[in-house]
Amino acid sequence: MSKQEWPLYEVFVRTRSGLSHRHAGSIHAADDQMALDNARDTYTRRSEGVSLWVVRSDRIVASDPAESAAFFEPAEDKIYRHPTFYDVPDGVENL
Amino acid sequence: MYTQGLDQKESAGKRPVDAVEAAEQLQAFQARIDAEEKIEAKDWMPEAYRRTLIRQISQHAHSEIIGMQPEGNWLTRAPSLKRKAILLAKVQDEAGHGLYLYSAAETLGVSRDQMVADLLSGKAKYSSIFNYPTVSWADIGAIGWLVDGAAIMNQIPLCRCSYGPYARAMVRVCKEESFHQRQGFDIMLELSRGSPRQKAMAQDALNRWWWPSLMMFGPNDSESKHSAQSMAWKIKRFSNDELRQKFVDVTVPQADFLGLRMPDEALRFDADAGHYRFGEIDWQELFDVIAGNGPCNKQRLEKRQQAHDDGAWVREAAQAYANKAAAAAA
Repeated sequence: MSKQEWPLYEVFVRTRSGLSHRHAGSIHAADDQMALDNARDTYTRRSEGVSLWVVRSDRIVASDPAESAAFFEPAEDKIYRHPTFYDVPDGVENL
Repeated sequence: MYTQGLDQKESAGKRPVDAVEAAEQLQAFQARIDAEEKIEAKDWMPEAYRRTLIRQISQHAHSEIIGMQPEGNWLTRAPSLKRKAILLAKVQDEAGHGLYLYSAAETLGVSRDQMVADLLSGKAKYSSIFNYPTVSWADIGAIGWLVDGAAIMNQIPLCRCSYGPYARAMVRVCKEESFHQRQGFDIMLELSRGSPRQKAMAQDALNRWWWPSLMMFGPNDSESKHSAQSMAWKIKRFSNDELRQKFVDVTVPQADFLGLRMPDEALRFDADAGHYRFGEIDWQELFDVIAGNGPCNKQRLEKRQQAHDDGAWVREAAQAYANKAAAAAA
């Protein structure tokens, strides 16, 4: 008898149309169809969703939190990207 | 996200090499906790924090799974189709809660199979309350009202727990838990407004479930060995005694409404403090149940083992089908 653990899937739920899918949790399943069925039974028992995505956890490429300072550093010094960087003189409207 | 597979090796490679660095890392970690930042799966964390969470979350998950048994006992004997449908939905919720929690524990690097094996071998614990029998239909009411009520007291602060995946799982659990408590109270209400025999059934269930429900909060603060560190890590927000007192304060008036009496001669309202004072808990009973000598410990584990064994062919068939489909697609 094989003692193989079913792969882990991450579950994303769109709660209603117009919203993006949001991570809800994870489940184990032997294949993709079972992953969808299990995700439905586990995460949408009270009509929490109109659409489900499931993706094998080992297919997700994630940034490393230990390196997050360096990884996101390029965005840190470009304060001119924010509208608050600019002084708007008094009397100028609709800007 | 819950991708725990990759982070273990990485963080192992980044272990601090000397004591100074280790102390700095611990300090930075505590500072994040103190600032109410959530810790996420791949973040650095002290090994003791990881182990504490694995123990607590897996025990919590096991409790949900074993907790299906006492209620499942009445599924085929529910007094009406309505009650049966409600109870089925509740028991299915308990399975769902177990699954949310197992997946939260898995983010810490423990496998599902390992947790299941620890439950079946008796190495891992689950809540003492599920080792009591459900001998009448009124017990289903008492469980929903009292056991789920006590669980809610424990679980609401856990929604703010410092570990993100656990906190998020608890938000989901708590949303569903109030249905559980209300359906239990509803059963008690119907029985206590029914015939004298029905009311006696409700009183009998309350007599048997009240004290074990108080024990669910764990030992007194002075005896609780994990409490201080868990508070410092903001895994726990309130002490066992604080939560127990809160539970008593909200539940006694509900019993009054039902016209039922708490099985506690010492129970009285302390008007100055605004709290109900209650009698001494039989701690020996709690320790006996935890040690494996409760009325149903053996039965609960045997039944779980049997369900696991009976499901083996299903797991194997699903795996064989997946392998065959993958081979055909290749």
